[in-house]
Amino acid sequence: MAAVIELKNVRKSFGDLEVLKGIDLKVENGEVLSVIGASGSGKSTMLYCINGLEPIQDGTITVEGTVVNDKSTNLNKLRQKIGMVFQQWNSFPHLTALENVALAPRVVKGLSRSAAKEIAAKQLAHVGIGDKLDVYPGALSGGQQQRLAIARALAMEPSYMLFDEATSALDPELVGEVLDTMRMLASEGMTMIVVTHEMGFARDVSDKVAFFHEGKVEETGPAKAVLSAPKSGHLQKFLAKVH
Amino acid sequence: MDYQFLWPPVIKALPELVDAALLTMEVSVVSMIIGLSIGLLLSFGRRSKYFLPRAASTIWVELARNTPVLFQIFFFYWGLGEFGIFLSSYVAVVAALSFNTAGYMAETFRGGFNAIPETQLRAARSLGMSFLQTQRYVIVPQVLRVVYYPMTNQFIWVILMSSLGMLAGLRELTGETQYFNSRTFRTFEFFAATAVIYYIIAKIVMLGARLIGWRIFRGQGT
Ligand SMILES: Nc1ncnc2c1ncn2[C@@H]1O[C@H](COP(=O)(O)OP(=O)(O)O)[C@@H](O)[C@H]1O
Ligand SMILES: [Mg+2]
Repeated sequence: MAAVIELKNVRKSFGDLEVLKGIDLKVENGEVLSVIGASGSGKSTMLYCINGLEPIQDGTITVEGTVVNDKSTNLNKLRQKIGMVFQQWNSFPHLTALENVALAPRVVKGLSRSAAKEIAAKQLAHVGIGDKLDVYPGALSGGQQQRLAIARALAMEPSYMLFDEATSALDPELVGEVLDTMRMLASEGMTMIVVTHEMGFARDVSDKVAFFHEGKVEETGPAKAVLSAPKSGHLQKFLAKVH
Repeated sequence: MDYQFLWPPVIKALPELVDAALLTMEVSVVSMIIGLSIGLLLSFGRRSKYFLPRAASTIWVELARNTPVLFQIFFFYWGLGEFGIFLSSYVAVVAALSFNTAGYMAETFRGGFNAIPETQLRAARSLGMSFLQTQRYVIVPQVLRVVYYPMTNQFIWVILMSSLGMLAGLRELTGETQYFNSRTFRTFEFFAATAVIYYIIAKIVMLGARLIGWRIFRGQGT
């Protein structure tokens, strides 16, 4: 099966600081890849490179055959296919939950107001906050805001979802509801790259795991195999720390 | 005290005073609209990565904020004559007040933009929104909320400053008052009446702004 997201020898620097030092990764259709690793190892940066929010200096990133780092690539168009959920949930505070989700379908896809609202209501119900349509984000809990962010991404009907530590900023009691939503997406067949510190999620939900260490993929393979029998010394140490 | 208050001249002149008050409002609203638009552009200029827009907008902001308003009005009214440009009182006053407002609002806008986290931009761009769409639908509405009350203060300030327009020959509210004063010598009566009119205008603007603000921003409290 052909990879739908592929990184080949990707290098990325911020000024003199090289953050990605030749990343190779493949994700196939319907697959869930969990990315784990210490803070500062380049996980977030890699996600930003995949949807072109950050440029790369060397290598290639392809999404469905489109080269992301090609100058002629229409990034706004590409990003419609790639949903992203951030550690800080980033709801738009001046819009209600419904307006948050309806905005991009309306202005990017050109849907009518009513069609966009219909999609938004459907997605909010899908993530379990269908009763909060007219509520402003300020009145939602962190977990609800993060589910709002997921619904907002899903409303663009993306083929892929990128999650950047979607539960790290949440109070412990709110982590479960967001993980459940992500599980639901995985079971629906969504292709996902999930940066996470939740080892249970990585083990149970993902097909593959990639362990980042200082800007390189140090170990990768089937989730259960990698997590239960890590070969790399760094990964063994990392797992001992997070457990 | 043997001064005799005499109000009938004021009451007779009231229609003219109200007309002049409307001119004051017109000058202020026009200056505010032009000043806000330019102020927004200047705030972009000040954050530009290019030297020229940055230098030009910095000079504008510095001059507007650090020279007297009266000076600015005189400059547009008489100063430009040196270059063969002769503006009417109306245009000169509007130009000066717009110039001044743009300088002050540029700084307010800059603070407003700085108050919006970078991550809002990333979130919007990740949904496929272009840079301009992101500004239009996500960033600017939030900035407007931050600058809303400073903006209404500036508006009242412009209304009061516009009285200086009289010194460039504009018959706005203060100019008109001075005209009647010089004809009737009922100085206290006319200036008292005009003070009350200014006060009422400022209060109405303030209350209106509160009401509109409450209507637009209710529920968004964070
Ligand atoms: N915008 C930026 N400018 C400069 N350095 C950055 C920027 N973003 C990230 N970095 C640096 O890149 C490295 C990797 O960061 P990041 O990708 O956020 O790691 P992780 O997500 O694995 O914690 C860190 O050293 C971080 O300080
Ligand atoms: Mg990170």
